[in-house]
Amino acid sequence: MTATIAADSIVRARRVSVARGYRFELVKLVSQWRIRLLVLACWIAPALFVAAVSQQSSLPVDTLFGRWMHATGWAGPLVTLGFAGTWALPLLTSVVAGDVFASEDRLGTWRHLLVAVRSPRRIFAAKALSSLTVILLLVAGLACSSAVGGVIAVGNQPLVGLDGHLLTPGDAAGKILLAWVCVLAPTLALAAIGLLGSVALGRSPMGLLLPALVALTMQLAQMLPLPVAVRLALPGYAFIAWSGLFTSSAQLGPLLIGIVVSLVWAVTATALAYMLFLRRDFTNLTDDGSARRAVTVGALPLVGLLAVTVGVVAVATPATGTGIEQDKVQRSVATAFAHLYRMQTKQLNRPDVTEGQLQATATCNKGGGKLAAEGPGNDWRCVVSWHLPDVEAAGSAIYQLDVTPDGRFVADGDGPKEVNGYFLVRTSTGDAPNPLWQFDGNVELLHTTKG
Amino acid sequence: MDAPLAIRARGITKCFSDVVALDGIELDVTQGQIHGLVGPNGAGKTTLLGLLLGLAVADSGRLEILGTPIARALAAPDGVAGFVDGPGLYPSLTARQNLAALAALRGQDARTTGIDDVLDQVGLTDVTDDRASGFSLGMRQRLGLAAALLSKPRLLVLDEPSNGLDPAGKKHVHRVLTRLAAEGTTVVLSSHRMDDLEALCSEVTILATGRVVFSGPLSKLAAENRELDYRLRTSDRQAARQLAADTAGIHVDDAGARDAEVLVVRALAPALDELVVRLVNAGIAVRELAPVVSPLEAAFLALTEQQEVIQ
Repeated sequence: MTATIAADSIVRARRVSVARGYRFELVKLVSQWRIRLLVLACWIAPALFVAAVSQQSSLPVDTLFGRWMHATGWAGPLVTLGFAGTWALPLLTSVVAGDVFASEDRLGTWRHLLVAVRSPRRIFAAKALSSLTVILLLVAGLACSSAVGGVIAVGNQPLVGLDGHLLTPGDAAGKILLAWVCVLAPTLALAAIGLLGSVALGRSPMGLLLPALVALTMQLAQMLPLPVAVRLALPGYAFIAWSGLFTSSAQLGPLLIGIVVSLVWAVTATALAYMLFLRRDFTNLTDDGSARRAVTVGALPLVGLLAVTVGVVAVATPATGTGIEQDKVQRSVATAFAHLYRMQTKQLNRPDVTEGQLQATATCNKGGGKLAAEGPGNDWRCVVSWHLPDVEAAGSAIYQLDVTPDGRFVADGDGPKEVNGYFLVRTSTGDAPNPLWQFDGNVELLHTTKG
Repeated sequence: MDAPLAIRARGITKCFSDVVALDGIELDVTQGQIHGLVGPNGAGKTTLLGLLLGLAVADSGRLEILGTPIARALAAPDGVAGFVDGPGLYPSLTARQNLAALAALRGQDARTTGIDDVLDQVGLTDVTDDRASGFSLGMRQRLGLAAALLSKPRLLVLDEPSNGLDPAGKKHVHRVLTRLAAEGTTVVLSSHRMDDLEALCSEVTILATGRVVFSGPLSKLAAENRELDYRLRTSDRQAARQLAADTAGIHVDDAGARDAEVLVVRALAPALDELVVRLVNAGIAVRELAPVVSPLEAAFLALTEQQEVIQ
């Protein structure tokens, strides 16, 4: 006769806590050479990049704040932020979150991990938290490194905002920090999509590429003249909308909507990844999670979420069409002109005038007045008028505008050359182009801010 | 009363879609025993080992591990360790880091949990700080065993632990498993290497197409009334062949001998004993007498072939 082991000698299965699982996952991630290289690159490369570009005679004027890189070190982290939102952050989230589950498939370690941890839920939590930690470390590196590089290479001067107003160095530092915090929301959305891809597509390299592909698709979509509701409903809009922090009246509406949409995507994609992960049969060797179910459970709900978000944003916001309308363009150009006129006055050692005294206004049309004055395009033309104290006649200057679908514009001075032509002015950091010659601006797509 | 059971399985059935991986498995494994699991590919060995590790739960039947009924996945009690489908190691970590990370995961202090000791037991002391990415299959197997030993298991479940082992590695692994069993740990291992199973196991279970076709002591398997092929090397092959041909119950297989000095004969044990007596009486020296395939392998082949015929 045989007997089973006495009950008092039995120790019930103990699950590993999330905290221990988190440390375990973090050790695995940080032990990978590519992660170490990424961390190193994110903490060193931006400083070198910003310092090197700031010393060049030709600046990246196509990138927001790029034209101010000679003037202040605080432009560097914003140029880096623009670049990061386009390329770096999608790729970083791909490499980290897009591989965190798939790597176990590749190494054949799922069974080992499950036996050790005994809880798929805790494995998921530990993996999600550890990849989030690494992503935050990388983002922090990009922000800190670029700021330090800029300030050391160029200096701690005031930053010219997106409507031409000056931000003190302290103010600029605070807003830059806030801007980087804001882009964490779309970064989280991409990371969650990475987790979903990693769980759903298993060993397939598509899982690794998913966040980058989604980000690329969103960027292409942002280049199209989409209705505002669709643009704001895309989870990557906050990668663009942070620029609204750098106007004198912060354009918070689009930014907040972008952040909320991104967070909803982050939560939804994470929840879908969690559901898919819990449903997986780890005892079946042929099941690596990549199946038709991945498409139905993973992709279709996100398509549904996009549709719902578009509907909610369309109902909740008053904007229609592209959001780029004549009066908003005129207000933006006039405001930026007034701020920059003051700056030019100071640089040319002329008597100071206030924006109120200037009473700058702009009259803009599109296509020489033959087209409806709305929507993006490089055929906008504005005539800016202003007044000086004790001068009866109003001054006027012409600008050609290239307005992109996301509301950003570049104003190019078209005379008179004494006002907005190309000439050098003396500044505290050396000779610089006339600030009224070319400048960046931003048309708020929603009607939430008055200029 | 006999020794308590570490594993008690009754009518275990497990299916994957329409594939029946395990079909009414009955299994008793006594505590402190090394129990071998053997069967052709697809027989259900890995599925059964997965159930023992708690990776899955049976569709029907009752399974008790270390006295605990297993009613859901990942509910195996503490004290169960091992691996299926190869050890789970992280190539970017060194051998020591792999074990330290695992120890930390279980809440053990890496400094006091005996990492050096288990690495020494499996013969990996020289490569403790080498990354696992550079390890051979045999080294990975030994590191996997070391990882399982860290938790001081009471039931050790190993899937093909001898894969890729060189003779020195095999010696280390055999020594560890034998010591563990002597200390009361139950070991269940699967292998295609019959010599390993014969050297290690006191009992074996033979699986074929998801069913148990034999379970019991090796001695019982060897004592089955079954003819075996034997290699016979003598001082006079011609005379030995003549004597073998004249002995009742001995069949000479001329086609089976590849060596000119070796004779292959098929016989039951009593007939073979009679042949040896005759050879000695005839003044012919017996230099080698060994089964061509081990009794376990012969039984395995016979039983699994039988099962295939039934299917």
